[in-house]
Amino acid sequence: MSDGRERILGAIRKSLKRGPLDSNTAAQLRGRVAAHQRNLIPARAMALDHAGQVDLFITMAGEVQATVARVGSLAAVPEAVADYLAAENLTAELVVAPDPNIDAIPWEARPLLRIRRGRAEGADKVSLTPCHAAIAETGTLMLISGRETPTTLNFLPDTHIVVVRRDQVVASYEDALDRLRADRASDKLPRVINFITGPSRTADIEQHIELGAHGPRCLHIVLVEDGGAIGSAEDDEQRNAAAQ
Amino acid sequence: MLATSRDFEANARAGLANDNLQRALGLARSGFPLRRQLAVERLPEFDRLREIGRSIKDHTLEHLDFYLELYESKVVASGGKVHWVRTPEEACAAVLQICRSVGAKIVTKGKSMVAEEMGLNEFLEANGINPVETDLGEYIIQLRREPPSHIIAPAIHLMKEQVAETFRTAHRSLDSERSLIEPRQMCDEAREVLRPRFLSADVGITGANFLVAETGSSIIVTNEGNGDLTQTLPRVHIVVTSIEKVVPTLEDAATLLRLLARSATGQEFSSYTTISTAPRRPADLDGPEQYHVVLLDNGRSALLGTDFQDMLRCIRCAACLNHCPVYAAVGGHAYGWVYPGPMGAVLTPSLIGIEETGHLPNASTFCGRCESVCPVKIPLPKMMRHWREREHAKKLSPPVYRTGLFLWARVARRPALYHALAEVASRVLGWTGQYRGRFRSLPLATGWTAVRDMPAPEGRSFHSLWAKRHK
Amino acid sequence: MRVALFVTCLVDLFRPTIGFASVKLLEEAGCTVEVPRAQTCCGQPAYNSGDRADAKAIALQVFDGFAGYDHVIAPSGSCAGMIRVHYPELFADDPVNLPRAQELARRTWELTSFLVDICRMEKVAAHWEREVTYHDACSGLRELGVKLQPRRLLASVAGLRLKELPGAEVCCGFGGTFCIKYPEISDKMVTDKEADIAATGAAAVLAGDLGCLLNIAGKLYRQGRRIEARHVAEVLAGLTEKVPPIGAPR
Repeated sequence: MSDGRERILGAIRKSLKRGPLDSNTAAQLRGRVAAHQRNLIPARAMALDHAGQVDLFITMAGEVQATVARVGSLAAVPEAVADYLAAENLTAELVVAPDPNIDAIPWEARPLLRIRRGRAEGADKVSLTPCHAAIAETGTLMLISGRETPTTLNFLPDTHIVVVRRDQVVASYEDALDRLRADRASDKLPRVINFITGPSRTADIEQHIELGAHGPRCLHIVLVEDGGAIGSAEDDEQRNAAAQ
Repeated sequence: MLATSRDFEANARAGLANDNLQRALGLARSGFPLRRQLAVERLPEFDRLREIGRSIKDHTLEHLDFYLELYESKVVASGGKVHWVRTPEEACAAVLQICRSVGAKIVTKGKSMVAEEMGLNEFLEANGINPVETDLGEYIIQLRREPPSHIIAPAIHLMKEQVAETFRTAHRSLDSERSLIEPRQMCDEAREVLRPRFLSADVGITGANFLVAETGSSIIVTNEGNGDLTQTLPRVHIVVTSIEKVVPTLEDAATLLRLLARSATGQEFSSYTTISTAPRRPADLDGPEQYHVVLLDNGRSALLGTDFQDMLRCIRCAACLNHCPVYAAVGGHAYGWVYPGPMGAVLTPSLIGIEETGHLPNASTFCGRCESVCPVKIPLPKMMRHWREREHAKKLSPPVYRTGLFLWARVARRPALYHALAEVASRVLGWTGQYRGRFRSLPLATGWTAVRDMPAPEGRSFHSLWAKRHK
Repeated sequence: MRVALFVTCLVDLFRPTIGFASVKLLEEAGCTVEVPRAQTCCGQPAYNSGDRADAKAIALQVFDGFAGYDHVIAPSGSCAGMIRVHYPELFADDPVNLPRAQELARRTWELTSFLVDICRMEKVAAHWEREVTYHDACSGLRELGVKLQPRRLLASVAGLRLKELPGAEVCCGFGGTFCIKYPEISDKMVTDKEADIAATGAAAVLAGDLGCLLNIAGKLYRQGRRIEARHVAEVLAGLTEKVPPIGAPR
């Protein structure tokens, strides 16, 4: 395969009528990559203050058929979840991400809710996860994989509930990426970053939009107004540093 | 994939006569442009982003070797592997070797046009491995054993009755009395049928909309979630992709992602945009154990430094298809290969040769709508014209047109002769046509008069009248 | 201003009325108009067929024939686009002729955009009691930005009502040699176009390019529609009483 590599690189250079880049140019390009400068970011969310961004996030999420419930604190999450499942006629059973950020949710306040912590399996109907950021620009959630946030929770169940702290709302994808970079002790990305904008859908048959193609049919967002109780970016950093 | 582009004329005719296709295309022709327009109007910075997207791609292409090397080093550093392959055959062999190394029997697939180029499904089947398409549109056409007719909506050529019929034929174990009338029902059925396949797959193969050099990541942009299930559940994830997909940084990818969904479907962002970087980490509860990237050239390196380099900016949004009146008339299968519409008319000759594909860049009025909606400002008509120049130089166009053009040009370069002939023609045609004002049939113009009348000239040429007035 | 009329081969052969209408409008705008004899075609058929050599030879003829005029005006977005946009491309590698191409390009215009954008013409004296619709010819629209200018002037025609055409910006299927080489596809496109035109209920369709108009008019007649097709110049110049529409008996 290294033969293929050399041949392809050689073909590229031949077409561009040059040899490998000189060390100055290569250093410049490495610098450009390391700086990962932002390109133009639309003013839509950037021009708003944080409260405006939260409102925009909720509006945009609603436009893509996500539902949003606002609660005062983590303590109110079990009731919000129980109410949602009842209203949707779903069994009161969910698989929850084993993430310390949401461990503080007092599930015992709703003892009829059956909670399992871990990854999702084929039979799971409802999952609940945290997110890493909520992007106001398009109502997009950013979730990252990790030992506490298995990716299957985002895709296998029919219903995906995401707990968003108010202070996780950011304006743009670039803001979310910067938070991720800042939160991680090492420079390696998580295996997967999922940007999720509404539930699964398809328009493959006669352009009719149908929700729930293979991923979740329903995406429900629980927005927790007081952000502090379940930890901040600094806490995440300390936790990640400890995990290395 | 085997090309039938040579038969474009016959394929186009068949497309025009296909009632189901015409109804399906009618739905698409009105829907896509309107949705894109609304999305564009909602984002005041859209046009500036197009310019930035174009310059990101141009910069990357000028330094493609550097960025590919950087990309590979990052993939390897995070535990993945890159297989550099020059041809579809090498690419298929690489995929097979990986599948065999884990004893794979079932392979789930997300939508990938590069995999279509490779003819991957047929190859795997011939080698005893069962590939299962999971994108709804791809699944439908896999059952029908048809190629895709659109690069993001592969089954766009079908009406729902045809899909229902296909499902009834294929899903034998389901109750034959079941109702299967609405897209909702078919969508649910596909979900039900494919879920066990996702869960039992040994290997998952996806494409990549972008590769990120900064981090060694691949990005897929989907709505269904099938791509994510395909790449998360099996033990092995293979990304089949091509060399021009790389971009320098995550920020560059973010800019292009702002352009992609809006240009493709009019969405602000797709339901799932996923950045994948290498296999699962030791403590992960799920995810593949192996991450392979099969990186295909297949003629793209040869486009660098040529008239066709700009084509490598393409981010596969299909806006050009969605706005092309020729595509809207004949559908994607007429083009005879993986890539239809304007981008196909430029890329297909580039990848499989103009001799096979001469019709594609010719079947265009150069209306320019494609270029006007391209998110990275590819001058598509200009490049189709470059193909016509290559054909002219190689004398590939039919003799009757070459001769006609030759004679016409000889006359046009001699004004006195031209004016004399124009006066004769306008008098003759003007005189014969004056009573009706038009011709229902005209020798030498039967292509025209078979379907429309030909208005008659007024009887004198402008130059002769002008000369008379200004004696 | 001393301007030259680029007649275009289709106007010359099929419909001199458009040429005379153009002259009349340009004179109304205060220009002195001449028609260089040594003009035939802009070379687009050769250019679009991949024959750059003949296209260049014809272009050089155009440079010579139109030298010295303040402006060059064509009643066609397609021909004006060829000169303005494509001549410089044709001579991009030719340091001798590129400046000539660029210089000519700068002073070449489609008729209605010249009248409105350069001459600042705001109204015409014509009157025509009709409900019309308007097809935006592709080259004029996308290469030259011709969109508002014809509408501006048509709005000043007494008695005229303009109903916008859904799909006004979709190609009619003429495309020069395209309609000969791919007649069935061309037919589908022009059929869609004439159906859209008929659905507006308008009594007439106007456009700024004779190629489109011959195509559309031919299809309208074949479909048995009683819808007139005219070039925008003949309407603006007030020639509608004197001259029958395209394809009508004389």
